[in-house]
Formats: sequence, C-alpha cells, structure tokens
Amino acid sequence: MFEGYSLAELGSIFAMQGFAGLILFSVFVLMALGLAIIFGQMGVINMAHGEFMILGAYVTYLCSTLVSQHAPALFPFYFFVAMALAFVASGLLGMLVEWGMIRFLYKRPLDTLLATWGLSLILQQIFRSVFGAREVGVVLPDWLMGSVAVTDSIEVPINGLFVMALTIAITVVIYVVMFRSRWGQGVRAVMQNRTMAGAVGINTEKVDRYTFGLGCGIAGVAGSAFTMVGSTGPTSGQLYIVDTFLVVVFGGAQSLIGTIASAFTISQAQSTMEFFLSGSTAKVLTLLTVVAILMLRPQGLFVLKVRR
Amino acid sequence: MSSDKTNGGLRSPFRRKLLLGMAALPAVGLLTRNAAAQALATDAVNTTKLAVTDSTVKVGILHSTTGTMAISETGSVQAEKLAIAQINEMGGVLGRKIEVIQEDGASDWPTFAEKARKLLVEDKVAAVFGCWTSASRKAVLPVFEQYNGMLYYPTFYEGLEQSKNVIYTGQEATQQILAGLDWVSKEKGAKSFFLIGSDYIWPRTSNKIARKHIEKNGQKVVGEEYFPLGHTQFNSVINKIKLTKPDVIYASVVGGSNVAFYKQLKAAGINLEKQTLMTISVTEDEMLGIGGENIAGAYACMKYFQSLKNPNNEKFVAAFKKMWGGESVIGDVTQAGYLGPWLWKLTAEKAQSFDVDKIAAASDGIEFTGAPEGYVRIHANHHLWSKTRVGRARMDGQFDMVYETADLIEPDPFPKGYQ
Repeated sequence: MFEGYSLAELGSIFAMQGFAGLILFSVFVLMALGLAIIFGQMGVINMAHGEFMILGAYVTYLCSTLVSQHAPALFPFYFFVAMALAFVASGLLGMLVEWGMIRFLYKRPLDTLLATWGLSLILQQIFRSVFGAREVGVVLPDWLMGSVAVTDSIEVPINGLFVMALTIAITVVIYVVMFRSRWGQGVRAVMQNRTMAGAVGINTEKVDRYTFGLGCGIAGVAGSAFTMVGSTGPTSGQLYIVDTFLVVVFGGAQSLIGTIASAFTISQAQSTMEFFLSGSTAKVLTLLTVVAILMLRPQGLFVLKVRR
Repeated sequence: MSSDKTNGGLRSPFRRKLLLGMAALPAVGLLTRNAAAQALATDAVNTTKLAVTDSTVKVGILHSTTGTMAISETGSVQAEKLAIAQINEMGGVLGRKIEVIQEDGASDWPTFAEKARKLLVEDKVAAVFGCWTSASRKAVLPVFEQYNGMLYYPTFYEGLEQSKNVIYTGQEATQQILAGLDWVSKEKGAKSFFLIGSDYIWPRTSNKIARKHIEKNGQKVVGEEYFPLGHTQFNSVINKIKLTKPDVIYASVVGGSNVAFYKQLKAAGINLEKQTLMTISVTEDEMLGIGGENIAGAYACMKYFQSLKNPNNEKFVAAFKKMWGGESVIGDVTQAGYLGPWLWKLTAEKAQSFDVDKIAAASDGIEFTGAPEGYVRIHANHHLWSKTRVGRARMDGQFDMVYETADLIEPDPFPKGYQ
C-alpha cells in the first residue's frame, strides 16, 4: 500500500497516525477514569456509566443552545462552563443514586450489575422523553474545530489535543485527590476495610457517597468532552460502555495506574491495526488479545498488593 | 423468486373470490344504508375476515418508538400517521375511516415478529406500515407470509428480496447507487473511490454493487473499510484516506458512528468543499445529530430531499410541520413512509377490496401522482419506480438538489452482474 509515496509523505502519515493513537489513548483514559473509581475502588459494577456520560453531553448541549441564544458573545468560552456544569449534574445524580440504591448493595456486588443496568435503561428512556429520540447536534465554538498544521503535510485535530490536555489535567487532579489528600486516604481506607475504617472514626457512608459522586462527575466531564468527537443521543452511552469496562478490567480493577497502562496498550494496538488491517478485523484482534492476556493474568495488568 | 410464479398461484382462488363478491353484490345493494350508499358492502370488500366494519378499517403501525432505532423510526411513524389523517379527512378508503393500532417493536427483532403476529392474528389488520432495519423486516417476513398480511416497508435497503406480502416504498440498492456514481464520475471526473461503511448487511451489499459498477467503468476502488456499529474512533481510517487520496469518499456509515465520522473528518482538516464525499446514509434526520457545519459540502444520494421544489412537496412539508411542529425535519425514509398508506388506499380502490390477495395482485402499476418526491409507480416486483437525486449538504441541515435522473429508475432487486 505504500508504493509511489515519498519518504516525507510516509513520515507525515505515520506522525499523524501516532497522534491518532495518542488521541484514542486519551479518550480511553477519560472514559475509564470515572469507572476505575467506581468499579475499581468501590467494587460497584456500574452499567449506567455511559448514561452518566451522556447526561454530561446533554448538559453541554443545553449550555450551547442557551448561550448561543442569549449570550452569543460568550459562545467561544461556553465549553468550560459546560464541562463544570456537566461535572456537577452527573455528580449530583450519582450521589442521589448512591443514596437511593447503591448503598443497599455494597455487600452484593453482583447485584449492582442488574440494578445499574436497570438504571441505565431508565435513564435512557428519560433522555428520550425529555430530549426526543433523535440525536441532538452540539454546536462547538470554532476554535475547537479544525486542525493545526504542524508542517505542510502533518495536521493534528485541535479537539484531539483538547481531549489530551483535559485527560492529563483530570488524571493529575484525581491522583492528588486520591493519593495525596486526607480525603483520598479516607476513601482508600474505607475500600480496603470498611469496618475498621468506621471504627477509627471515618464516616464511611459519607465517603461512599462522595466517591460515587466523584466517579459519576468525571463521567459527566468525559461525556461533555466527547460531544466534540461523537454523537449525543439517548442511547449513545452504550457506545462507550464496552470499551470502558474493557480498559478497567484489563488494567486490573483496583489500580489507577493499571487503567492508564491498559488504555495505552489497547489504544495503540487498535489504532495501529486499524491502519494496517480493516476496522472490524482490528477490533476482533484487539479483543482476542485482551482475552488471551486475561486468561494468563486474570487479575489484569496491575494488582494492588494487599494482604488477604 | 420470479413474480410470475406467485401470480400464477393466485389466479384461481382470486377469480373465485371475485365471483363470490359479485354474486353477493345484488343482495348487499338492498341492505346499504344512507351513509354507505356509495361504499361497497363489507362482505364484498372483505372476504377474509379482516377487521373491517361498515364504517372503519383497521391498520397497524409497527415501528420502534423505544430503543436505539427510535432515533430513525420516529419520522416514519409521524409520516404514516399524517398520511392516514389526510386520507381520513378525504373520506377514508372505500368509504371507511382508517383506525390505527400502533405497536412498538422496541428495536428488538423478535419483538417485531411477535407484534406482527399480534397485529395479523388478533387485530386482523388489513395492512401494516412498518419496520425500518433490514433485520426487523427479515424477522417479520415469515409472519406476513404465513398469515398472509400486507406490509408497506419504507426504508431504502440492500435489495435481494421480493415478496407478495411486502410493498417496498424505499429504493433498493441499485436505484440508490448506480445513478449517483455515474453522476459523480461525470461531474467530478472521479477516478478513484474509498468505500467506508458500518459492518452489516446493507453497507456491505451496497458497496459490493458500488465496487462492481466502479470497476466496470474502469475506475478504481482504493480502499474498502467496515467498522462495527457504534464505532466512534475514525482517526486511523481518516489517515488511511489521506494516504490513498481518493477522488471520492463513498460513505455508508450509520447511527451514532455517523456523527463521530463527520466530526472527526472535519477535525482532521478534510474540507468537504474540496474533497468530494458521497454518502447514501445521511438524510435530513441524521444531519440533526451531525450538525450542518460538520458535513456541509458533502453529497447525498437519495430519492427525496425536504427542499425539493414541487407543489406536492410544499403541501406535504407544510402539513407535516403543522402536525409535528415547525422544528421537525423530513428525510428520505420519512417521505417513503408517507407513501405507504396512500399506495395502499389507491390499490384498495383499484381492487375494490381489502383482501390481501387482491391488494397484492392489484399493486402492479398503481400510480401515485401526489407523492412529495413526484410521480411514483409500483413495479410488478413490488418495488417503486422512482427517480434518483443527488443533494449537497448545507450548513442549515438541508440539501440543495444538484442532480436528478431524467426518468424514473426501474427497481431491480436482483441485479444481474452485481452479485
């Protein structure tokens, strides 16, 4: 497939392909971070993760419509406000769900699978009733669209760069919150030994609620960011859920580093194979590889060393 | 699979029923009451125990109003209801008002089959307007054939099917593909094509036909790619497109993937004003989700655009917006959905009967001059003669028609040399 191309042309294509892999990596990390907290740290199999993302996307849609109608001058900057609101909306809904449903199921982790799956169906139907069955178009500020020409022949999509920057920022914030703050210490204590954590005076119920809210809030931000690359409709959340679980499980459910490493492996494998093979074959090979590795290492790539 | 054979099998029972009906006529004439003075007696128009009374006739609407496909099927439901409301205003069919029983296929193919059975067996509807995906049509087809129902199917589809019990009001693949490819070759001097689609039967069959046609014309296919339904990351394939530099990107990506594909094309710096892209899967409905700014400049090959300028269409668009709100848009399939009830009405009037066998036999040659897309006619193979049109996407989510075939294109569900 490379006959008739100069070395320079091939060089630029490979450079762009490298960026494509990095962008896919960022997208994977962004969608998996929220779930890594909820599933990895709390052990709740949250099938409604995609719907929390889409809630964020709808918040972005509302913002874009409101701002373009009432304050067109602010339009170039609305996206940041939208992401913050998406975090708040999904986070609050997450806390509500934790209070109303999840907290009764901590001792029955497999039941959370069914309960949250039901929740995802309910949310989908609510989206459909409120926003209509059709997909909505989120209008983005012009500066987010288009590409930067690095050289004459290398072009990098701006929204891809934006997702990358956002992913790095959120990862850093989560790292600080979970591993460098007193609150994060509390969260980790509760996850490792709930009874003991309660005994030393940590309000475990409150920690649970906020952790779940944080995970959902991050899903909301991810959903908001994905309006740049994907669709916004009642069932769009379903497009992300499989890849999200794949990344988290493959990385080793309890390890945030594992999530990042697994997102990197899967995204690079997939984007390289997509380039050289056809799209469907690439997906099949990626999934097969993941299954094979999980058979050898059922605990995933990285494991926390905990005394059992 | 020839239609002659089906008709041959019908002939004798058909004639017998016709005679029966004629025999009943004089007796019925005595019974007619004032309101039904011109209408035919129920016994005469309904010899197979369908849900027909002296003043009403029941039909079914079977689409997904919940689940993933609700996005696409909502428009068809709206169009069918509009057509039925208009027909009722004009006095109904054979003097009987149409009553609708609506069932939800819930985007689930076994559910479609179950609901189809319910409509035919319990409700005994005279006709069903419904289905959208090929998978749902394939699921209900045995039910319609077993219980001898009549289905009006609105979606453009891959062809390779023909049934006495189905009228296909959308285009089969060759009607949608060939004229469009010829136009883009002539107009843009295209020599090389990159085919990209979602991975299921319709894009694969369509691209198979497209590839044969392209190669027959001495042009080249430089890439053919399929992605799983719901795929959202197209950066790698976009790089591949950049590498192969095709004259035309030929796209049949559907659903949520569609939005991702066009957004990422634009973000990757591919300007559709310069790079020719032709799609057979984007109508005004999909444009809502994609956003006009992300797809403006692309060409779509359809048989109908909301912006068509003819008196029929202007009336249709106005009536549609009056019934379903000024914001609503009308895509190709929505218009094809609108044709269903009208074609059924015209056929029933020609056959002077609601009996499915008579409707099936009378369908050949039915003409509908009031179609928003312009004049259409039913072919003996139960598909429609219709024009192929190419539209160019605008920023505001509408299309400007840039080309239409001079004549109606003959439907050819089993194209020779393309399989």
